Amino acid sequence: MAGIMTKSLAAAGTPARPRAAAGRAAHPIRRLLLWRVPLGVLSVVLVGVLTYLATRVLPGDAASAILGQFATPEALASLREELGLDQPLVPGLLSWFGDFVTGQFGTSLATRGPVTDVVLPRLENSAVLILIVALVSTVIGVVGGVMAANRRDGIFDSSASLVALVASALPEFVVGVFVIFVFSVGFLDWFPAVSIIPPEDRIWDEPIKLVLPALTLVIVTAPYMFRMVRAAMIEALTSDYAEVARLKGASTARLLFRHALPNATAPAVQVLGLNLLYLAGGIVLVETVFQYPGIGLALASAVQTRDVPVLQFIVVLLAIFFVTLNILTDLLVLLSTPRRRAPR
Amino acid sequence: MTTHPLPTTSSAGTAARVPAKGPKRSFAALRVLGAALGTTRGRISAGLTLLVLAIAFLGPLVPGSPTAFAAPPFSNPSVPGAGLLGTDVLGQSVLFRVLHGGQHLMLLAFLATVIAVGSGAVIGVVAAYRRGFVENLLMRGVDVVLAIPQLVFALLLLSLIGPEWWLLILAVGLSQAPQTARVIYGAAQSVTEKDFVKAVAVWGVPTRSILARHVLPNLTTPLMVELGLRLSYSIVLIAGLSFLGFGSPPPEPDWGVMVNENRIGMAANPWGVLAPALLLALLAVGTNTFADAIARANLGETRGEDAVLGAAAGPTTEGSK
Repeated sequence: MAGIMTKSLAAAGTPARPRAAAGRAAHPIRRLLLWRVPLGVLSVVLVGVLTYLATRVLPGDAASAILGQFATPEALASLREELGLDQPLVPGLLSWFGDFVTGQFGTSLATRGPVTDVVLPRLENSAVLILIVALVSTVIGVVGGVMAANRRDGIFDSSASLVALVASALPEFVVGVFVIFVFSVGFLDWFPAVSIIPPEDRIWDEPIKLVLPALTLVIVTAPYMFRMVRAAMIEALTSDYAEVARLKGASTARLLFRHALPNATAPAVQVLGLNLLYLAGGIVLVETVFQYPGIGLALASAVQTRDVPVLQFIVVLLAIFFVTLNILTDLLVLLSTPRRRAPR
Repeated sequence: MTTHPLPTTSSAGTAARVPAKGPKRSFAALRVLGAALGTTRGRISAGLTLLVLAIAFLGPLVPGSPTAFAAPPFSNPSVPGAGLLGTDVLGQSVLFRVLHGGQHLMLLAFLATVIAVGSGAVIGVVAAYRRGFVENLLMRGVDVVLAIPQLVFALLLLSLIGPEWWLLILAVGLSQAPQTARVIYGAAQSVTEKDFVKAVAVWGVPTRSILARHVLPNLTTPLMVELGLRLSYSIVLIAGLSFLGFGSPPPEPDWGVMVNENRIGMAANPWGVLAPALLLALLAVGTNTFADAIARANLGETRGEDAVLGAAAGPTTEGSK
């Protein structure tokens, strides 16, 4: 891995950046993978190291911070061993890392059960929420963006642009409480204000409890998709080739969907990736607002109870999700932009 | 540090200050702001921001206690003694808690913004100027940090070390620095290529003053846009973290904490939640829209939209550029 890194560093690192000699220029996709996969692994490893180090930066140590000042020495010693704090820094890090790589993620301090039992069922609930939100906000954003670009500066465009500008700036938990106020306790009584379900159930057993969390996240993520698609469509529609197509008598539908929309694919994919990345963090707040049984809430409660093994597991899990998604997004953007795909 | 093609005497450093533009430059920031204030959007968003700022900083001067018991918990404004906005979970006056609860959050957001834009701009400008190994090291480092879920990581640190205010601003500031670094890096590349920058380097001007006096002044617009955006995101992040329990400790009022602790009484007295939430919303929208207005007024509509959206874009790179 180190070999690949140095090689690609050297290839891209020449100060004046002359395009590498024609024969040696790698295909963009291969170059992307050669670059990003090692960097991604590095990011995950860095998160892991920081996650472990975070338990050791305290003036006392994490064990006494977690158990409080009235803990018995035996309890302290056993917790230190559990967190890998009884060993010197580097061996402790290595053994913690070894456990992690071999799938021993530790025991939750709150439930005394395996960390995976706490996290994985909630992961499914969060995945359902994220997928629904990504799908709905993409559809709304793309349809809205195309409509707005079609009648630029018309009534729909100006009002939708204004709404998007305002909505994209709002803090997600603020949107959450407004949504609760409007649809649950203030004006209408349509949906439950909290999404608490029995622990053995999954969220799809009671889909009505998905509605408000999903709506909140759609309000926060759709504007970004809308703005990017609108901008890309306007750029394409004002280009020379769109003018030629118009003069040749192409219908509005053909102009929009055949000539302009393909140009919005790459930005749309990029925003979809960014929205998914955002959601990985945004669910912490929104799941807390609705007490939605996902990993965001699991993280928030692990923070409250200082359940370090659960925290560490979720942080590393999210880091892997982040890194994979980042690389995947860039790959898809390359694949959907022919002119950037060509070897140079 | 840098390789000066013509290693001259130390007087070269002082001589080079003469061609620097002098007083005119200090107005660049004002000009950029003025252009934004010339638009309707800019005026409205600046007005909203100033309104909330005034409430946050002048509010504590209004006589009235944010911690005294006023009426039973979650009393409506109609209950005698409950005040204009009713009472909260502990029976304290929502009105006075709202008036007192913004200052702390706002100060933290300002400090976090300074950290974010300051360190991000330094990284971006140095990377664009130095090229080669330093450039790669810095920008790949930015990529690596951007691949870390920041809010989540901030939570890990805060839960282990505790809700210290310095940790909060460091976490919020440093987690946004990579975004600023990338934007400023992109903008600085065209400036460091210019002949006048190369010329002052040839005169032997130290790198630090080249960057501070010749490169940064040409990046006023992107820096101002970044300041606005980072302030907006810092407010959102800090409010979010205080909503999750890392705000001011209990007796002190805090808008983010208020939204969280008064949720259970929303049916009885919605103002305990709505008033702080509304102020946070106005503040976030005001600062964000003002950043948008700065970008549009100084870069034109299309490039302005790109600047704001691209900056918000954060992660994902153009692949291996």
